[in-house]
Amino acid sequence: MKTLTLILRTEIRLALRQIGDSAIIVLFFVLAAVLFPLGIGPEPKLLPQLAPGVIWIMALLAAMLSFERLFTPDFDDGSLEQFAICHAPLEIIALAKAAAHWLVTGLPLIIASPLIAMLYRLPDTGYNVLITTMALGTPAISLIGTAGAAMILGARRGGVLLSLLVIPLMLPILIFGAAAIDATVSGFPVRQHLMLMGGFLLGSLVITPLATAAALRQSLE
Amino acid sequence: MQFFGQNLSCIRGERLVFSGLDFTVEPGSVLALTGNNGSGKTSLLRVMAGLTHPIAGELAWHDGSVADNPERHHNRINFVGHLDAVKAALSVYENLQIWASLNGGTDKTISIAFKKMGLKGLENTPGRYLSAGQKRRVSLARLVASHAKLWLLDEPTIALDPASVNALRDLITEHRNSGGMTIVANNIDLRIKDTTELNLHHFATTGEGIWEGVG
Repeated sequence: MKTLTLILRTEIRLALRQIGDSAIIVLFFVLAAVLFPLGIGPEPKLLPQLAPGVIWIMALLAAMLSFERLFTPDFDDGSLEQFAICHAPLEIIALAKAAAHWLVTGLPLIIASPLIAMLYRLPDTGYNVLITTMALGTPAISLIGTAGAAMILGARRGGVLLSLLVIPLMLPILIFGAAAIDATVSGFPVRQHLMLMGGFLLGSLVITPLATAAALRQSLE
Repeated sequence: MQFFGQNLSCIRGERLVFSGLDFTVEPGSVLALTGNNGSGKTSLLRVMAGLTHPIAGELAWHDGSVADNPERHHNRINFVGHLDAVKAALSVYENLQIWASLNGGTDKTISIAFKKMGLKGLENTPGRYLSAGQKRRVSLARLVASHAKLWLLDEPTIALDPASVNALRDLITEHRNSGGMTIVANNIDLRIKDTTELNLHHFATTGEGIWEGVG
């Protein structure tokens, strides 16, 4: 627990001193989502239908941009070696890294998402579910992405490889996240969608720290 | 307490760097690794740290193998490698605090480390403004800031000025006097007395890239 808070504090401190890095992710998210109405035209019927899918796809792609830099600085400056042989288990450090990633990237995306929903004139009934799916989905994205980031360490053109590795794993989040918002706007129940997302999040919470730690150890061999 | 390796072999890339290597370290002793560039000093230290796995042989403490209980091994060692693990955006104090807290150090040990490595006055300087030698001193200060039985030092004197080399020598002497163990690659600048020497050249399997007949 002490390790968890220590790494979290350090990562947040680092993120605040390099605030541009997380600001760029959120700006990309907003900017890319703004492009759709400009390209397709301000069709009042079409845009609300597009909203759930666009928001989720853009959130996924924006998150992709952030993962490549998650472990490379630690790998290059030797911190990763020290993490691997310090008293704390590497699994806890992996979990802390994912939590910190969510705080500096996932949370800003959640906050920015209603803004985009407004732009797409998402019906008022959709906002609660939008925030709920984002709150359930973004931590899972951070967890899976952290494992992916650990796997690409030392690889050339890691960023592209990373997307190919982790996007397929994130498809359930995209499918159920967008479907839940669609369902609530059309007046259908959303409970099962949200429960599946919650289950997916819990599963990732258990599996990914183990995978991340194993990949990190492998990268140091 | 004793730390030893038996019949160790290590492969880097596709080259067998060393094989059939044995060593033993007792409390209060210093083991100096010698050998030319590419003879495997760094590889051996990384194997000892548990970062790389040997392809053959065993690494063990008096009370059991490292492979069976890596956590216990990590609790006993501290490793200073070629990379300093100093974050550019964090101050010297913050940098040291991370590693001290992860390895059981306290505020008190951190302040002792600052004094011993001559880092006083640099507490609030961000890592990016440090010179190579200062970064190295921060890296070495981690040894003092956390208590570890075994120090693994890979060419620790690189970039250090003579005063810091002396400070490091005193540090190692103090560590051995209190029963600590030290394994250091290259004793050339440090010139520590009464060391056991382990020449990696004796365990080399090929002469590839090594100055034949010099060591």
